[in-house]
This record gives sequence, structure tokens and C-alpha cells, in this order.
Amino acid sequence: MSDGWVIRNLRAVKGRAYPRIIGAKREPSWLFFEIVLPLFTVAAYAYVYQFMDARAELIGYVVLGGAMTAFWLNVLWAMAAQFYWEKEIGNLQLYMIAPISRMSILAGMALGGMFSTTVNAASTLVIGALIFNVAFHISSPFMLVAIFLATMVALYGMGMMFASLYMLFGREAHHLSNLMTDPVYLASGFFFPVKYLGAWVAAGASFIPITLGLDALRQMFFTGAAEDAFLSLEAELLILLGLCVVFLILAHYSLRYMEYLGKATGRLTLRWQ
Amino acid sequence: MPTRKKSARMDKKPAVRTEALTRVFEPKKKKEGKSIRALDSVDLQIEQGELFGILGPNGAGKTTLLKILSTLLLPTSGKAYIAGFDVENQFNDVRQKINMVSGGEVSGYGLLTVKENLWMFSQFYGIKSKVALQRIDDMLKDFGLSDKKDAKVRTLSTGQRQKMNIIRGFITDPDIIFLDEPTLGLDVNASRIIRDFILQWLKDHPTKTVVLTTHYMVEADELCDRIAIIDNGKILACDTPERLKKRVQMNTTLSMDVTLLKDTTVFRTFEGVESFTFTEDGEKGLTKLRFVMRDESGVSDIISAVLGQGSRIESLQKTEPTLEDVFIKMVGKGLE
Repeated sequence: MSDGWVIRNLRAVKGRAYPRIIGAKREPSWLFFEIVLPLFTVAAYAYVYQFMDARAELIGYVVLGGAMTAFWLNVLWAMAAQFYWEKEIGNLQLYMIAPISRMSILAGMALGGMFSTTVNAASTLVIGALIFNVAFHISSPFMLVAIFLATMVALYGMGMMFASLYMLFGREAHHLSNLMTDPVYLASGFFFPVKYLGAWVAAGASFIPITLGLDALRQMFFTGAAEDAFLSLEAELLILLGLCVVFLILAHYSLRYMEYLGKATGRLTLRWQ
Repeated sequence: MPTRKKSARMDKKPAVRTEALTRVFEPKKKKEGKSIRALDSVDLQIEQGELFGILGPNGAGKTTLLKILSTLLLPTSGKAYIAGFDVENQFNDVRQKINMVSGGEVSGYGLLTVKENLWMFSQFYGIKSKVALQRIDDMLKDFGLSDKKDAKVRTLSTGQRQKMNIIRGFITDPDIIFLDEPTLGLDVNASRIIRDFILQWLKDHPTKTVVLTTHYMVEADELCDRIAIIDNGKILACDTPERLKKRVQMNTTLSMDVTLLKDTTVFRTFEGVESFTFTEDGEKGLTKLRFVMRDESGVSDIISAVLGQGSRIESLQKTEPTLEDVFIKMVGKGLE
């Protein structure tokens, strides 16, 4: 063993982030699923809006929403359900016996996932914007970065919490991730302003960080989007920062509890492992 | 094969100590059956520098014991200490001392190369990249895997993959390493390389400790300073292989390969027979009989009984006691 606890955990974060970052390069087929497939959904909504002769920024919302689906899918499948797969291949027990905080493993997964997904989402955004002739007007790059980072940390914080809660699940993790895919597209307003679902639904959906993140990003990218906004930019940023803290703390405690439960019931490993 | 002085015991605190360690698995639902007592009041003490073997049939409790010692499972009752730290309450301290490798492990990520996988796992132990990469190079050389350094893990054979797993366990330089059937399913050559590496590692690091579970008697006999024989969650015997064999020293073993044998039940009642086992070799049409004899008075009766059934004796051998004989005596059955 070498160096202190903090250095050791930072190295663990780097170690776990590595396969995610390098994976995108090694598996080009992922590019198709994560960049091209969302464009089909974007196209469907965009053509409906065009047919209806809707406002131009609505098509922009769709392109932005399509790009952001990559993050939601990444959180559901590569964060929340990840420990299930890790247990299947025998990695989970190796993470558990390592002399590090389990949060470092989750943070590595989150950072690696965030990095590779940002590349994919940005590609979808650019290609979508070119195909559907979307114009972006960024009023404050600083605010844009702040909102994006707050959205990412809160969203992946939620993913870390789900990963802990799912840790002892079997195939149920797979089913839950399936269950949470499409309903969240609707509730979080991926392809339309969430405000139009009504205040109560929008408020409820705001517990999913991507809801407010998307709403705020729309306001940052498109002039006139403020009239479609659920809350003001500042309020959304503040709530997102609050969600960052809440989800990271919940992830920490749920991970500790689930590890204890796993050790008590013998479910940190498969029976044969 | 590297040689080392066995039982290089140190006058320090034990590497592993358990006190009445018990683990009971409860069924998820009552209707799913009874609870299983996987470990039953296990008392063990493993000294620093020992290569300690745990030998037992499937379901004996070997893996459960290793899971508790490696902080993956809580005991139902009793205590376990690693280097003096309680596995239940001081698991963070325990984890700084240990590592673990299991047979048939498929850990890591297939899209990473061997070097990348090993580096990744080394990072979970806070090892500087430069140091880790040097160790990876050295150990890959030891295992004859240098040419696979940049191969993706999913392209490795079973033997190559297990060698990589062994490197993963040892690269962190643990004080105590748990090896759960490390040569399971490997060919003779790969097993030999792994066994030699373990012996050489202990020779080079005399204060380190290896706790090994195995199905293979020869492996246990060849490697271990001491062996615990476990069955149904209980330690039936714990001693050096030599002393264990002395427990059946008064007995001789009679092995016979016979054909056309009709009834094996008669052999259990012969005078002088301590225990009796047999296996069928369907391919060759042989029945392999194995008698542990208290004395040799019953040998002629056994031969008469075999011939009396119209069987033919293909081979007959009288042997000194082996670890397998000890195992059969203790457990009442063989491992196969």
C-alpha cells in the first residue's frame, strides 16, 4: 500500500473511469447506438413540429432533448444497473475487498460515463442541429457550463444512489431500468417544455435532475425559451446544486447500508463465486 | 519446483484467527427449505508465513470461510481476525492487508488489454502507476505471459486468464492472500506454473501468508505447511500433511482394478477393513476398489470375494497412506 487515503481513492477513481473512457474508442458500434439512434427519435418529433408549422425553437428543444437522452440512458444502464453486471462477472467482490471507499468506484464509473456520453451527446446535438437547421444563441457561456455541470453531478449522483440500491438486485435491476426509460422521457419533458405538464407534475419530475437541467439548458440555448420555462434559471441552478448534495449524501449512506445488507445476507457475490 | 522451508513460523500475532466462527444461511422464504449451517464453530489459527490449505468436498464451507475472512460475508456468530483486526468491525483495516483470487474467475473487462486490466485493479490499492506497470511487466514474465501484455482479455485462454487473475491478486503485495481453488479446471502445465509461483513468492516473502482452498489432494500435500480438513462446516482435522498421514500410518491401502464386479456392498463388512470406496471407470469397464486396512488379515478374503463374483483382477497395489486416505478416513468419502 502506498500514499494516503485521499490519493489512494483518487487513483481508484482514475482506475475505474479508464475502461469507460477507453471503451468508447474500442467499441465503435456504441457510436451507432448512442449517436445515430437518438437522431431517429429527434427526427420523428422534429417532422411533427415542422408539419404543424410550430415555432422554430421547438425543433431546437427536440434536438437538445435527443442529445440529453444519452445521459439518461447512461445513468440507467451504465450506472444504476452496473453493479448487477459487475456481480455477474465477479468484479463486485473485488471492488468490495479493495481498501478504498466504494464511492470512489461509483465516482470513477460516473466520471468515465460522463466523459464518453458528453462526446456522444455533443455529436447528436451538432448533427441534429445541422440536419434540422437549429440555431443556438448562448447568452452566458459561464452560466451554461455551471448549469451543465450541476445537472451532470446531480444526475450521476442519482445514478450512484440507484447503483447502491440496485446492488443486491438480480434481473430486477434490468427490469427497473427498462421501466424508468420511457416514462421519464415524458415526465422530464425531453422533447417539449415540462411546464406544459402542469406545475405539480413538473415539480414532481424535478426530483430527476435532468428535468430542471433540460429546462435550464433550453433557456440558455434558445432566445424566447424563457416563456416556456418552468422556473427561472437561477432557481433551477440552485435546486440542481441542492440535488447534487442530496443525491451524493444519499448515495454514500445507501451504499454503506446495502454493503452491510449484502454482507449479512451473502448477496455481494453469486452463490458459486 | 521451488523449495522452501515449511512452516516458517514467526513469533508474531497470527495472520488469521477464528473463534467459534459460525455462519447460517436462512432461506429467503420459509417454504424454500431449511436453513443451512455452512460453518459450525470453526476455531482456526494460521500463523504468519504459513501456506495453509483448506481441503473439503463441495459445500463443505471452504468458500464461506474465505468470504468471511475476506470481509465479503458476516458471520452469524463467533469472531474472525485478520492480522489482529476484526473482520466485522475493522473491515477497512482488514482490506489493507488482504487480496483474493478465485478459480474460474472472469473478473476485469474484456475490452481492456491484460496490462490495462492489471493496472486498473492496482489502482484500487493506490499503487503508483510506475510501480504497478513495473510489477506487471515482471510478473507477466514470471508467468510466461509477456507476449499477451497487449492482448485483449477476452482473447485469452482459460489458463492464461487464470494466470492473469493470480497476478492481479499478488500485484498488490498483500500480507495475506486467499486463493479459492486457484488451479480449478487448469491443465497440468498451467497448474504447475501457478503452484511454483506461490512457493517462490512465499520463499521471497517469508512473512506473508497464503490461505488456499483446494479440491486437489496432491496440490494440498505438495504446497501446504498445514491443512485443515473441513466437512459440513466443521474442521475435522488440522495439522501438517505428514502428521495427518501418520494418523492413518498403521493402515495400509489396498487398491484393485477389477472387471465384471456385480456387488460392492459385501466389501464393507470384511474384517480388517477400516474404510472402503470404489469408482466406476465406464470407459474401460473397470471398477476401482480402494480399501484402507487396519491390518492385512482380510486381504485374502477380499481377493476371494472378488474372484468369487467371477471378476478378474486387472491390477493390485498395496500403498502407503496418502492425504486422500486421511481425507476418506475423516470425511467418510472421497473428493471425486
